[in-house]
Amino acid sequence: MNPDKNDWPGQLFKQLIDAEIFLYPYIPDAGNKKLIECAEAYPEARPILLTTEEEGIAICAGADLVKRRAVLCMQSSGVGNCANFLSLVNGGRFPILMIVSMRGDYGEQNPWQYPMGQAVEPILKAMGVVIFKVDAYEELKNAARAAIAACYQGGGQSAALILSQKFLGAKAF
Amino acid sequence: MEIPGIDRRNLLTQLFPSPDEHLFISGLAGPARDAAALTADGDNLFTMAGTMGAAVSMGLGVALSAPHCNIAVITGDGELLMNVGALATVATQGPANLSIVCIDNGCHGETGGQLGHTSHRCNLAKMAEGAGFSSVMSIASPHEIAEAADFLKAANSPRFLLVHVSNGPPSDYKRNLDPAACRLRFQNAYLKDLKKSP
Repeated sequence: MNPDKNDWPGQLFKQLIDAEIFLYPYIPDAGNKKLIECAEAYPEARPILLTTEEEGIAICAGADLVKRRAVLCMQSSGVGNCANFLSLVNGGRFPILMIVSMRGDYGEQNPWQYPMGQAVEPILKAMGVVIFKVDAYEELKNAARAAIAACYQGGGQSAALILSQKFLGAKAF
Repeated sequence: MEIPGIDRRNLLTQLFPSPDEHLFISGLAGPARDAAALTADGDNLFTMAGTMGAAVSMGLGVALSAPHCNIAVITGDGELLMNVGALATVATQGPANLSIVCIDNGCHGETGGQLGHTSHRCNLAKMAEGAGFSSVMSIASPHEIAEAADFLKAANSPRFLLVHVSNGPPSDYKRNLDPAACRLRFQNAYLKDLKKSP
């Protein structure tokens, strides 16, 4: 039987847990709601509600200092808030994993979202973060596997799994 | 020359008489120099020289990931205010092993001594209380330092200690500014200690 497309957050969460990722700093977003609920329901996992996304970069780096793994879950607008803290990641060779749920691309109905949405990839690339983009359910598993591998195979690389609005669907206004 | 009030250069040795018993994270500038002087830029310390506002969050990441270790964040008033919401994140998480020491000189010492908000109406101890910290202490006199050291040992974690220091220079200590080298140094020392502990 094929896995249920609608349970993609549960499937992604299992990949993260299998990779021994236990801290989930996040800013709430429709795109990461169910993933964070999975973390809340899993005894060894710890969701960490932030006030701004850049805190999550530093929390992930702190976990890495004692060889533990964390993933920062945020909306695309949060990438803009992280730019300066990514200098710690890039300069320090911290293997930081991010999951970005997109606004401001396909089907966006709020014009305020376009500028930052379109700047996500340039900002991440400028700061040395490798990007794995997901436009369809069929791409998710391999993209997540690739992002996890990029971070944790030892090169001190940071990576972002980008969940596009083609994949997530656009919010209606 | 002796400075009236608390001289930051000999503050941390009194607050942390056994620095080897802690893992330290410090923000940039003066607090980093003071922390480096405390540990002789030791491998139980990660200092920043950029990313202003990251110290408290990085300390929280360490604290939640190494619950058997004592973690101390050394920050300054300017650094803390740049990401003061991190105090709410710490209070919500409630780690059992985290102390935050804020060295408040009321100015941006690294960039020329421009006055900061705490020289005006801002009170960081009240902000920590407002964020949800139940253990908050504020000192301004050398006579209070011993009590503050006890507070860091005995008060319920997470702890927030605000130290109003005199207007004077931080410790004169040149530390390693290579973040990648310092990351590996910290990790390796931590893993080595982990193997030693039962």
